[in-house]
Parts: sequence; C-alpha cells; structure tokens
Amino acid sequence: MDDARKKTIMQGLVCPRPLTHDEQVVLGHGSGGRMTRDLITHYFYPPFENPTLLRGDDAAVVTLPEQGRLALSTDSHIVSPLFFPGGDIGRLAVCGTVNDLAMVGARPLWLTAGFILEEGLSLQILERVVGSMKVAAEEAGVIIVAGDTKVAEREKVDRLFVNTTGIGWIPEGREVGGANARPGDVVLLSGPIGDHGIAVLAARGELAFETTVESDLAPLNKLVEKMFEASQAIHVMRDPTRGGLATSLNEIARQSKVVIRLEETSIPVRLAVTAACEMLGFDPLYVANEGKLVAMVPSEEAEMVLEAMRSTSYGEGACRIGVVEESPPGRVLMRTAIGGTRVVDVLSGEMLPRIC
Amino acid sequence: MKHVTEYRDADLVHVVLDGIRQTVTKPWVLMEICGGQTHAIVRHGIDQLLPTEIELVHGPGCPVCVTPLELIDKSLAIASCTEVIFTSYGDMLRVPGSGCDLFSVRASGGDVRVVYSPLDAVKIAQHNPDREVVFFAIGFETTAPPNAMSVVQAQSMGLKNYSILVSHVRVPPAMHVILGSPHNRVQGFLAAGHVCAVMGYWEYPPIAEKYGVPIVVTGFEPLDIVQGILQATRQLEEGRCEAENAYPRVVTFEGNRPAQKLIERVFEPCDRKWRGIGTIPDSGWRLRQEFAEFDAELRFDVEAIQPDESPLCIAGQILQGLKKPHDCSAFGVKCTPENPLGATMVSSEGACAAYYRYGRHVAGQKKEE
Amino acid sequence: MCLGVPGKIVETYQAGGLKMGKVDFGGVVRETCLEYVPQAEVGDYVLIHVGFAISLVSEEEAQATLEILREIMRLEEELGPEPDTR
Repeated sequence: MDDARKKTIMQGLVCPRPLTHDEQVVLGHGSGGRMTRDLITHYFYPPFENPTLLRGDDAAVVTLPEQGRLALSTDSHIVSPLFFPGGDIGRLAVCGTVNDLAMVGARPLWLTAGFILEEGLSLQILERVVGSMKVAAEEAGVIIVAGDTKVAEREKVDRLFVNTTGIGWIPEGREVGGANARPGDVVLLSGPIGDHGIAVLAARGELAFETTVESDLAPLNKLVEKMFEASQAIHVMRDPTRGGLATSLNEIARQSKVVIRLEETSIPVRLAVTAACEMLGFDPLYVANEGKLVAMVPSEEAEMVLEAMRSTSYGEGACRIGVVEESPPGRVLMRTAIGGTRVVDVLSGEMLPRIC
Repeated sequence: MKHVTEYRDADLVHVVLDGIRQTVTKPWVLMEICGGQTHAIVRHGIDQLLPTEIELVHGPGCPVCVTPLELIDKSLAIASCTEVIFTSYGDMLRVPGSGCDLFSVRASGGDVRVVYSPLDAVKIAQHNPDREVVFFAIGFETTAPPNAMSVVQAQSMGLKNYSILVSHVRVPPAMHVILGSPHNRVQGFLAAGHVCAVMGYWEYPPIAEKYGVPIVVTGFEPLDIVQGILQATRQLEEGRCEAENAYPRVVTFEGNRPAQKLIERVFEPCDRKWRGIGTIPDSGWRLRQEFAEFDAELRFDVEAIQPDESPLCIAGQILQGLKKPHDCSAFGVKCTPENPLGATMVSSEGACAAYYRYGRHVAGQKKEE
Repeated sequence: MCLGVPGKIVETYQAGGLKMGKVDFGGVVRETCLEYVPQAEVGDYVLIHVGFAISLVSEEEAQATLEILREIMRLEEELGPEPDTR
C-alpha cells in the first residue's frame, strides 16, 4: 500500500469528525470511506433529492422513451471567480449542459455531476454551489441522477471544478444541426450579446472596472420548446458561449457551406456592454454569452418563431439579425452601421484588452 | 454612448462621403498613420464607401508592430526570471520574439500579468515588495504621459522594486522618413488624433510646408475619419498644404501642456529602431539619467540576441505605405494572425492583421459585396 | 495606437498624491487619473487612454461639428436628392 493511500485511510480512521458549516474539505472526504459518505449524504443528497439518486447504486438506472432519439452532452466548468453577478459555477454547470442538449432539439432529462474539490475548500462554498445547481435544475426541469466527488491536494485544482453530463430526448420530427442552414433562412437571436463575458471579467477584478452588467446565464430548454410549438422546421440552433456570436456563426457557415449576412444595426448589445468593450478594445461579437441562442429558420416560419421566443422571459429581446445565402460559402459578412461590408472572422486566440 | 454614437450615424457619414465625391476630381493617395484608424476604417468598411480616386495606405502607427525584435526578446528574458512579475498591456502578449511569446512564458510558469493601466502595475509593485515588478512601457506619444506618471509615482512612493522596459516611438520623425523617401507615394496625411491630443499639432505645419503635403488631424470614429479625408482631399484639390484640425473636440494646437511637461521631465529623445523600417534618429524616448533606477534594461542584465526576420515579410514596405498586405505572397497563406511572420501581422492593429481579420484575404473580394 | 474613449467624470478625489476620479463610460465606471486635466470637474467629459484622462472633450466643438453636418443634411432633404454622380 503506498503512502498516499495510507494517509487517506489513516485520516478516515483517526479523524471521523462530525461535519460543521465552518469546516473545510479535507483529503479524507475523497477517500471513499465514511467521510465521503457523510459529505454526500449531507451536501449532495438533500438538494438533489430524487429516487434514482437516493438509491445510492454504482450507476443510475433510467427508462428510455420508446421513440425518438437521445442526445448526450458533457461540459467541464472551471470558471473563475466561482460567483459572479448573475450566476455561479453551479448554475453554469447545469445550464451549460441543459443548453447544449436543447440546441439539438432535445428535451433535457437527466444530468450527472462530477466534482473535483480542492483540499481546504470551504464547505459553505460547496453548499452554495450545490444549492445553486438545485435551483437551476428545478427551473430547467432536469434531475441529477448520478454524481462523483474527488478531492485533490491543495493547489492541484483551483478550488472547485465541476463536470456535468446530460441526456436528452429528441422528439420525432425535429432535425436540428449545424449543417442544416439553407439559403433563404432567417437568422434569429434571442437577446443582447456580451453580458456574461463582461460580467465575469468585471468580477475577476484584474482590470478594475465596475459595471451593472450581469451574466445572462439561463436554461434555454423551455424557450426552445416554445419555438418548436410554433414551428417544427427549425434548421439550426446554437448557444454562442466562448468565442461569442461570431465564432458560432462561423462554425455554422462552414458546416452548412453557406454565407451568413448580418445587419450590424440589428444586433442588440446593452449600452454597458458596449461601453466596457469600447474601453477595453473588445468586439461584442466575440464576447461570451451563457443564456442566448441563435437560430436559423425558413423565412416563412420566422415571424411565428420570433413571436414564440418573445413570449418567454429569456427570449423577450429576440430579433432578426440576418439571412442565410448561398455564396461565398463558409463566410460570415456584416453590413456595418454606416453601410460598408465587413467580414466577421473567428476569434483568434484569447481576447485581451488593447491600447492600440 | 455620448461622444461616440453620434459619430457612427450613417446619415451624417454619408453627408461627408457625398462631400468627398463632389470634391474629388483626380486620384489621391492618403496615409493614415494610426493603427487605431486602420482598424476603424476596415471594421466599418469605410474604404469601400470612398470614391475610387481616394487610395488609403496605412502607416507605421502601431507601437506593437514597430517594437524591435531585440526588445521583445529582452522582455521574454526578463519575464522568465523567477523573481519578476512582468506586467504589460494586453497587445504585447501575443507578439512573438525570436522563439516564443509572453503567453508561452506564462504557460511555462512565468508571472506575466495583463494590466489596463500602468498605475495598476505600480500597485502590484506596492503589494509585492519581495518581487521585482517590470512594466513593458510601449506606445506612441499618447501613452507616454501615463507611462511617465507610473515612474514618478513609484519614485514618490519610494518603491525599489518597480522598473519599466521602454519602447516609446514618436510620430513626426516617422513622417519625415516616409515623406522623404524617394519612393514616397503619400500625398496627404491623416494625423493621429490621440497623439495630437497630447502633443498638439504645432509640429506639423513645418512638415506640411517642407514636403508640400496637407496634414489633417483626424479622430477615430467613422464620421471623424471621413471628415479628415474630406478636409485632406479639399486641400489637395485646391493645391494647399497646411496642417488642419478635423478633431477639434479633443485636439488643440498646443496640446496637453501638463502631459507634455511630465514627458519632458521623465524622458529624453533618443534614436529608436522601428521593426521593418530600421533606426530613425531622434524618433524615440528613453528615461532620463535621474530615473535610471527605473530602467529595466539597466536593472536586468539580459543578452541581446541577434534576431532574424522572415525573408518573406514585406512589413517594412507596408509600414511606409509602399505596398499593401495582399501584395505579399505570404499574406493569409504562410502568414496569419496565429502564425505571424512580421511586424504588421503580430498586432491586431497592424495593417496585415486588420486586413486579415476583416477579410481582405478572401480572394477576389470586390469593393461592393 | 491610442484607444481613447470618452467618459463622464462622476467623482473626483485625491489618492496617492494624484488627482483621481471615477469616470462613467455608460454603465461602466473606472478609476481614472485626472492629473493631466487639472481643470476638469464632475460632469465634464474626458478622453481616457489606459486609465488616464488625456484631454477634455469640448461640448461646444462637438456640437458645432455635428450641427454643420445636420444643417447640410436638412438642406439636402429640402432641395431633393442630388443627381447620381457615383
């Protein structure tokens, strides 16, 4: 038996301390023994409470619907800071995976959650994060059926990393995919862009600016269901996270071999996001979002889908921002506010504040 | 945003564009010297909206692009020292030296931090008395007063662990080189509005007169840029060569005297090498003797490496307005923002990077899409 | 070079022996050094570069420029469209 394992077992045997709110995560919590069980029963089971999870078996057993297809998605979250205006890593972990499933037309059903905790992490923080996941999961209507917890030594991980994997069910009749954009389609956007990226940057504090901007972090599956009620003919959906709207649209243009033509004046950006971007030299088209989607639908369906989006709280700012055409394929072009044309390329590297 | 949104009004921009169309009767070559103006022109598609008689060429107005390779290599060497916290404006992080860039140094464990303001670097020095804090002080005249203030602050706080690596360049000497070149095609200049906010534009009438070239101080929003072009075109059509101010809401003839005073106190002129162009006499600033303790080049004994530029790179000719990015065989092929071969692709404000980003590498792209 | 953005001074104070202020860019506020605009007061617009105000923004000059252009636009609307010379 090697020394590390000896150490964790020793901790489990020698220090079976009762858990209190001021305690920190220690290596023993990841040992798989009583302390791990106590951590799970105290911090994970109550917020995530559901029969499947509470069975406590090695794997969750679920029953699949008889028809339709399944969608799976996985996402790991390492956001810093853990808490920011408009959200936190817990909400992000749930919404990120829920949204990825919704973007292919799936109804999210089950999530798993894997945690890697840093030795010394405050249990109060863990409680907050898990509580936030519970709220987000309830809002999205998903249940967390399986989980895992590991504890890494101090400084081997930055406080808390979470991975969520999700399974969703795609009803018959939905064909959504990045390669499905067709010339003539209308491009719809669910609301203003750039909120999340600016909110997190401000919360990090390195650039020392204050703003009222909050992250737009939200689960979009119910918005998507409303869209499908209006029309089954939704060709493409994507949530523009890292890399922003520009990157997502470039991916779609390339996959579908079409050109996407945008109108700069149609793309909504909050004033404070514009101001932050101007100050730092950022382009809002490349700033991350966590509660927005872009969709491509046949032009005859656009008005109905738009109306459906606007009837929801996360889509009330929905608008048309462009059209899909045939050529030149693989490009995203934008008519600027003053009537010129600009090519919107993918983001190259990390966006950094500039002086030039 | 007040004082921004009004200058992006399409109707007003088109009033000025109409004015340019009505004024111009023959071809003219205008240079905008500032990377920020290049960026704005390409981002808003202004060059496509101009009459074909007006040709815009892009000058060496990018302090990131013109920072010599030797100095970048020095910055990498200093940043790799374990006791150093290396602070920099974001622009410099991606600029490759002979081997790697500041990003790679950070990935290898170097403490490299982006700051928005040089005063943030001074704060870092104050809070980390056991570490050496070095700030990469690049820029044209616009950035010199902030960089100078950081030194004065550090001195007044008695900080012993703060120093700056200076790479300051000045615009007027570069204009002399461009206009004095036997190959020069530039007939009119759009001067850099924010440089002039600091320095004023009193240095330009003698240049305008010497070379017979109109110089118009120009801002950065679409309306400002087309206004600058209109005024330069008018002068050319009327045979005048004067220094004019098309950015009066920010720029005055004398400029910002308190800022100029602090520059004079902290810096003195020196010769500077401009990447892609060569050494231009008196075109830079260095720290004065009394501030020598804040000079990172003196504090850190780093060997000067003799770097090689790529033989394919024509950045020098682009910086002087003699060639355009798509005249280069490597543009968009071997040379891209992810893999830049030379000065004008390394910074997002360089002419090649701006062209690439806004898509001029799409083969056969016409003026009107 | 020289990304400069206009913002409104909402507060001024001394810090570390320097005249400092809070500048509002429109929902984004940042601490800014005002040493180079000693005459600036709360309510003034200044041009900010790397956390320093390098110039005041003159409301009069701005209005003058914009008004000339708006006047031209009004005249053009009254007189009708120009013959197409493009």
